[in-house]
Amino acid sequence: MLSRNSQKTAQTLLRGASRCAAGPSVATRFLATVADDVFKPTRFGGKYTVTLIPGDGIGAEVSESVKQIFKADNVPVEWEQVDVSGVETGHKHSESLFRESIASLKRNKIGLKGILHTPVERSGHQSFNVALRQELDIYASISNIRNIPGYNTRHKNVDICIIRENTEGEYSGLEHQSVSGVVESLKIITREKSERIAKFAFAFALANNRKKVTVIHKANIMKLADGLFRNTVKRVAEDYPTLECNDMIVDNASMQCVSRPQQFDVMVMPNLYGGILSNIGAGLVGGPGVVPGANIGRDIAVFEPGCRHVGLDIKGKDQANPTALILSAAMMLRHLGLNDHADRINNAVYKVIADNKSRTRDMGGNATTQEFTRAILSEMETA
Amino acid sequence: MLASRSFASPARQCLRSATASRWAPALVQASRTYSTPATHKVGGFKGQKGSDGKYTVTLIEGDGIGPEIAQSVKDIYSAANVPIKWESVDVTPRLKDGKTVIPDEAIESVNRNYVALKGPLATPVGKGHVSLNLTLRRTFNLFANVRPCKSIEGFKTPYDNVDTVLIRENTEGEYSGIEHVVVDGVVQSIKLITREASERVLRFAFQHAEAIGRKKVRAVHKATIMKMSDGLFLSTARDVAKEFPHIEFDAELLDNTCLKMVTDPLPYNDKVLVMPNLYGDILSDMCAGLIGGLGLTPSGNIGDECSIFEAVHGSAPDIAGKQLANPTALLLSSIMMLQHMGLNAHATNIQNAIFKTIAEGKSITGDLGGKAKTFEYADAVIKNLK
Repeated sequence: MLSRNSQKTAQTLLRGASRCAAGPSVATRFLATVADDVFKPTRFGGKYTVTLIPGDGIGAEVSESVKQIFKADNVPVEWEQVDVSGVETGHKHSESLFRESIASLKRNKIGLKGILHTPVERSGHQSFNVALRQELDIYASISNIRNIPGYNTRHKNVDICIIRENTEGEYSGLEHQSVSGVVESLKIITREKSERIAKFAFAFALANNRKKVTVIHKANIMKLADGLFRNTVKRVAEDYPTLECNDMIVDNASMQCVSRPQQFDVMVMPNLYGGILSNIGAGLVGGPGVVPGANIGRDIAVFEPGCRHVGLDIKGKDQANPTALILSAAMMLRHLGLNDHADRINNAVYKVIADNKSRTRDMGGNATTQEFTRAILSEMETA
Repeated sequence: MLASRSFASPARQCLRSATASRWAPALVQASRTYSTPATHKVGGFKGQKGSDGKYTVTLIEGDGIGPEIAQSVKDIYSAANVPIKWESVDVTPRLKDGKTVIPDEAIESVNRNYVALKGPLATPVGKGHVSLNLTLRRTFNLFANVRPCKSIEGFKTPYDNVDTVLIRENTEGEYSGIEHVVVDGVVQSIKLITREASERVLRFAFQHAEAIGRKKVRAVHKATIMKMSDGLFLSTARDVAKEFPHIEFDAELLDNTCLKMVTDPLPYNDKVLVMPNLYGDILSDMCAGLIGGLGLTPSGNIGDECSIFEAVHGSAPDIAGKQLANPTALLLSSIMMLQHMGLNAHATNIQNAIFKTIAEGKSITGDLGGKAKTFEYADAVIKNLK
């Protein structure tokens, strides 16, 4: 284990790669993580300090509901809020705020985060979301795609867990223009990162009583890159004989997802396919407002909505559905071992949605974010 | 027209053509590096009728269920008096100088006829063969893949009234085939985006929108993350859009497209979507999933010279020869082909007969929940012809 104590586990992709090459005896798994090594932050004065990054778009509104709910339930969490923003506001603080959020997360080792806006323009900054995941090496993204009881969508009994490699692949950020009008973009797949995401996926499946892990790839075309990913996951699967492991090509998986999503259990895949499938999955169960998620690394865990949408269009209109962030926050409480709080909050959210008295617009209701939050709060009081 | 058809590797070809246009700036307008004039329709049909008043079309029957479903097409076409003569060719690949090639006779046939209809092909495993579909695309430089998906009455899925049209760049992007192992355990795979290829497929998309009467074109991209490559595709799209002021253009992030299409595909019914290779591959199959799978969706591959229309489903060797296969995908592909050739009346006639047969539900194949054999289904279609 070369990097166990290294403060900067997150190096740039290429650095990580070259270190791997230079390492003695070709260390194929110097970053390997096992599930029970996921650490717990210490609590000071009986409270955990949690970094809160509300994010852009609907972030401020939905984090406000989480704060209210946590306060009402006396959750032993102290927020350390960093208002970093990816929207170009003109003032120069965004970069320094971003550094501050990284420092805060490194200190607290746990965070709750909304989504930061990324401009499309080439002159704009690189995605803060991606930079944050790479910098903190929170390599495993989890999206829980599950029907919420009582909220009917086109598909029933969907319960998929999408595990996505977060730090390399198509999001390496390595691009160049060979000559004018010819651009190359590099997709990087490494054995070590494929191996650790595979281990994470299988350990996660075991810990959560899941039965099957499906590897998603495009190895028929990208024979080397996706081939390496698929073969690595398949090899790791041999260490988990109780779990079923199969593989599926990404285009077929997308088709199966919209026609027969019930066949999937845990899915593990490289970065870009994760983005595609978590969005398809969110579409199955009712949109980005109801899909919670997390990004887990060796040292740090950041919880954020599983289908990463900024929601700039409904910003400030008090229409946003805070369910995704609240359920993500409940996942965070479980991670901290505060299961009672997590259960109370989860149950209240599910009850409110199932009762169909207060639902936000995306769920076909007309409640505002605040009304929906109040309904949850009163449900928690009566429960 | 850039003479690049004979290059095996699209990557090299893109690089070459890019430099070529760069060094000949006097010949082309600055904003238009690809030399096709806007008035010339990209990928238009060039074939002529023979002396017997019929077009000759190359028919690649394919493997597995291919011959059966091709027979259905032939039967229905002769019953409908379509002025088409089929020229069957074999495309079993050969290895020539270590490269997968298809037989010269097949290449000559397609080049002569400008159009082909193709059944499913099985890629031989483990002989160093590149996928045959890829080989065909490269051989004939089929740069655009058109994938319409329309809900079929009589086959119920969770989604109704889907009517999407996707156009996928077919020669580069993530499928450039340029990959290498940097050191053991580290692989780089290169996604190649060129202005040439982007411009060509985008112009085709706008022209296709005009041809099928849609007023909106939407480019799907991930330029927030891939700022240069998808950014180039996007900026090229904005440039090309200026040539089509009567068509509304906008762009959407891949994530949003995935989410919205699965939530509610109806807003996409008035648009043509155009996108780089991988996204197109994934989204077109996803759309097929919305309406019931690859057995019901046609596909067309458009090239500068030739175009190949194909069923994109597999060759299903397990049911081959049992008359259980559903020929709908190949039939609908052949209808796209007729429209491409300008034989619209025949296309409409056959298409209506197919939809009527499926809606009636009496003579449909097993995959649609019926019991009919392949030829019984074809007979029912023939009865429904006008």
